[in-house]
Amino acid sequence: MTGKGGTGKTTAATALALALATGGGRVLLMEVEGRQGVASLLGSAPLPYEERVMLSAPGGGSVSVLAADAEAALLEYLEMFYGMRRAGQALTKLGAVDFATTIAPGLRDVLLTGKATEAVRRREGGRRSPGGPHQYDAVVMDAPPTGRIGRFLNVNSEVAGLARMGPIHEHAERAMSVIRSDQARVHFVTLLEEMPAQETRDGIAEVEALGLRPGAVLVNMVGPRLLEGVELTAAAIGELDEVALIDGLRVVGATDPTGLAADLAGEVRSYALRHLLELRVRGELEDVGRPLVELPRLEGGMDRAALTGLARRLSEQGVRK
Amino acid sequence: MTGGARRADPKPMDVDALIDDPGTKIVVCCGAGGVGKTTTAAALALRAAERGRRTVVITVDPARRLAQSMGLEELDNTPRPVPLPRPVTAGGGSRDGQAARVSGDGQDGQDGQGSLHAMMLDMKRTFDEVVREHADPERARQILANPFYQTLSTSFSGTQEYMAMEKLGQLRQSGEWDLIVVDTPPSRSALDFLDAPKRLGRFLDGRLIRFLGPAGSGTFRLLGAGMNMVGSVVGKIVGTRFLNDLRSFVAAFDTVFGGFQERAERTYRLLRAPGTAFVVVAVPDSDAMREASFFVKRLAEDAMPLAGLVVNRTHPLPTGPGADLSAEWASTAADTLADTHPLAVAALRSHAERVRRRERELWLLERMTSTHPDTRVTEVAARPEDVHDLVGLREIGSALAGDER
Repeated sequence: MTGKGGTGKTTAATALALALATGGGRVLLMEVEGRQGVASLLGSAPLPYEERVMLSAPGGGSVSVLAADAEAALLEYLEMFYGMRRAGQALTKLGAVDFATTIAPGLRDVLLTGKATEAVRRREGGRRSPGGPHQYDAVVMDAPPTGRIGRFLNVNSEVAGLARMGPIHEHAERAMSVIRSDQARVHFVTLLEEMPAQETRDGIAEVEALGLRPGAVLVNMVGPRLLEGVELTAAAIGELDEVALIDGLRVVGATDPTGLAADLAGEVRSYALRHLLELRVRGELEDVGRPLVELPRLEGGMDRAALTGLARRLSEQGVRK
Repeated sequence: MTGGARRADPKPMDVDALIDDPGTKIVVCCGAGGVGKTTTAAALALRAAERGRRTVVITVDPARRLAQSMGLEELDNTPRPVPLPRPVTAGGGSRDGQAARVSGDGQDGQDGQGSLHAMMLDMKRTFDEVVREHADPERARQILANPFYQTLSTSFSGTQEYMAMEKLGQLRQSGEWDLIVVDTPPSRSALDFLDAPKRLGRFLDGRLIRFLGPAGSGTFRLLGAGMNMVGSVVGKIVGTRFLNDLRSFVAAFDTVFGGFQERAERTYRLLRAPGTAFVVVAVPDSDAMREASFFVKRLAEDAMPLAGLVVNRTHPLPTGPGADLSAEWASTAADTLADTHPLAVAALRSHAERVRRRERELWLLERMTSTHPDTRVTEVAARPEDVHDLVGLREIGSALAGDER
């Protein structure tokens, strides 16, 4: 799940994970930006580097959350494949871990995408039972924003330029084979605003050019439709029927129907202008040809109940594992 | 009712006092991604220019149409004159980006005449310039051709922040500008702007790179055999080709830069010097406000001056009787009128929605100001469309300065 900053990626990714877990699925929700976004969304303490069941979905499903960080992933990787815990410690002291995780291009992304794709491939009972069922039915990644998504997912070519052989290279290849496969989709979260929509269109083109598969466009924070057609246009150009408005306000007993109507007319006008723009942006998004899925704007704060509601909205629109 | 006024309104930021003060040399705009940093930076710069200062705005990755509105068609690392939206000198006022010499080559602005220049940061070119400036031509050629350098200069996280700082230092030293407005790179965290340069400097000066460098350097000898193990581990992970590229890069680089870290420290000090002010930018959503909070806290810890918080895209209520109409009342009234007065229903529902939205915004603002009570806060109301011309930028500048307050 990617999208421009501020479009609600973490919320959308969490709702998607919940929707996919509905009806008994086991889903891993993974964040990779070190922001502890899921923890703050769920109002919990910062999460450790550990897959932990955090949400239960209707029908017995569950969502585990992993707040991945590159440094822990690197040390885990060293230990897992080389039994090199001590070497890992020495590397930490030297600043090599700092190097690999925060400064080096690709390496950080290799580790994070590597961790995600490992979770995708992982089977119950570990490597000893290769034919066993997968541990997770789906892995949802709260990925970097659209500006960095191409580079992030395309670790292979980044790394190939630097580490042309060796385990990191192989690791990158393995991750790419999952990311390029038919099992993987890159979904885009957007708002009905010019810049996020533009970035979504650019992002889809970029992802396609890299040979990856774009999925759905998730339109987040959609407001209610209050006016249509002629009335909408009239309101937008400031020609709304103020007499009818005053009349309505008088009927419900407003104290100063005329004064109030002037204020409300201003609000309706900015609503109408905004809404016309949203319709145009939506049209442009539809032209991209990806399925559009919508989530409503919630005026209250976000909590587990609200997330469950959003997940249900996704299920109603056909999102399932 | 609805809370048209807050219990304790924070003081608004005094934008004009900030940008008019000849002591203000640098304004840094920072905040989470997608909050309108670039627009805020450009609007501040335009306003400063129109109020008589020779101003340059450094932007990183502006939206295409905004860049075009300032005549920035390419990423060329050179401050380009921006024709101000109304004539400020004889012969000015042309809308043609190339021909307009409203503000010339740092020559104007001498008789209190402001000017605006804008540049887009090209981090690779900035890095190349730094290398060329410090290395003899042969060494510079070696460094520039090294594959490790090429990656370092284009895609290392931290390089963009480092180079933004570097460029800022250069512009400051040139003495051509009264005011430099900086739009910070779209980082993972707003704090990256402060931390990434030091991190990159630490790495380039660090033990690792010395150790990987030519055999026989101090650390290598001292640590002796124990390090061979680590060396082979590093080789194992990244491949020997990578190590070799890195080694030759370090060999070439080391002779050129005595102290990358020191350089980073120096630009960092520039941010703490008098004359630098930070403007933290946010939008009223919890992530952006949290990021802004972190930043405000960090600035206080590092004794860096915070001019104020700009909250973009807010939804203030109207000032007339609408300000006192509660969401509950409006919703109930809309239900009553459902079948008879469609327009009034739409108006009441849109009002109810706006009031709820406003309540949430005020809650977020209050949470912020209760943690940092001295922070000056200025709101910029949401506009139906994004800003993509200078007239729009001027309106934003006017909102920032509170012309209508």
